[in-house]
Amino acid sequence: MSRWVALAAFLLVAGFLLFGAVALRPFGDPPRTEMDQYFNRYSQPEVAANNAVTAIVFDYRGYDTLGEATVLFTAVTGVALILRRLRA
Amino acid sequence: MTVVVRTVARVLFPVALVFGGYVIMHGHLTPGGGFQGGAVAASALAMVLVAFGAGRLKDKKGLLSALESLGGTAFVVLGFLGLGLTYFANVLAGSYGLFGRPVPYGPNPGDLNTAGTLPLMNWAVGFKVLAGLGAAVLLFALFGGEDDR
Repeated sequence: MSRWVALAAFLLVAGFLLFGAVALRPFGDPPRTEMDQYFNRYSQPEVAANNAVTAIVFDYRGYDTLGEATVLFTAVTGVALILRRLRA
Repeated sequence: MTVVVRTVARVLFPVALVFGGYVIMHGHLTPGGGFQGGAVAASALAMVLVAFGAGRLKDKKGLLSALESLGGTAFVVLGFLGLGLTYFANVLAGSYGLFGRPVPYGPNPGDLNTAGTLPLMNWAVGFKVLAGLGAAVLLFALFGGEDDR
């Protein structure tokens, strides 16, 4: 039973990866710049920040920054867990 | 460490802390931001650890832990501020309140009183990174022993 579940999961993930590989745009296509143009044009009027990078990191993609903060917290927690004094 | 290293560390410690604060404070105007400024300030702590040994900062673990919790909580709460629209919506930008001055499109000299919640988030993340990296380095140093050679 568990072997069939594992096989199904393997096929599902492999299918996703294959689909991603097939759906890639061909080499040599011109880069798509709509999003870059949007950030360049609207990060100052919308977010009122001169630094477009900060506007993206803390406003447009705040979730990403939350994840980064979680990564840092997890790293510190791991260090504290591994390097704690063992009281025996 | 030797007297030379201790003296240089004593001189450079406030400079590094102030420069980290500057990078955080100007995060919405110039390159840099919370993460970078926090890392700069944490490097000041690492310098003190190298120069004076881990015993110097041993009783600061509670302070660093509190700072990290404060920064993380402030960041999430600031995200909740925009919940009327979406999570992390910048409700203070352009509101003519705190950090609410609008910015014209194009090159401009820059104004600290802009960008809405971004400066506050920069400070929150900066304190979080400072405390997190500082705590990690301090734990490493404490694990290696407390002699200050």
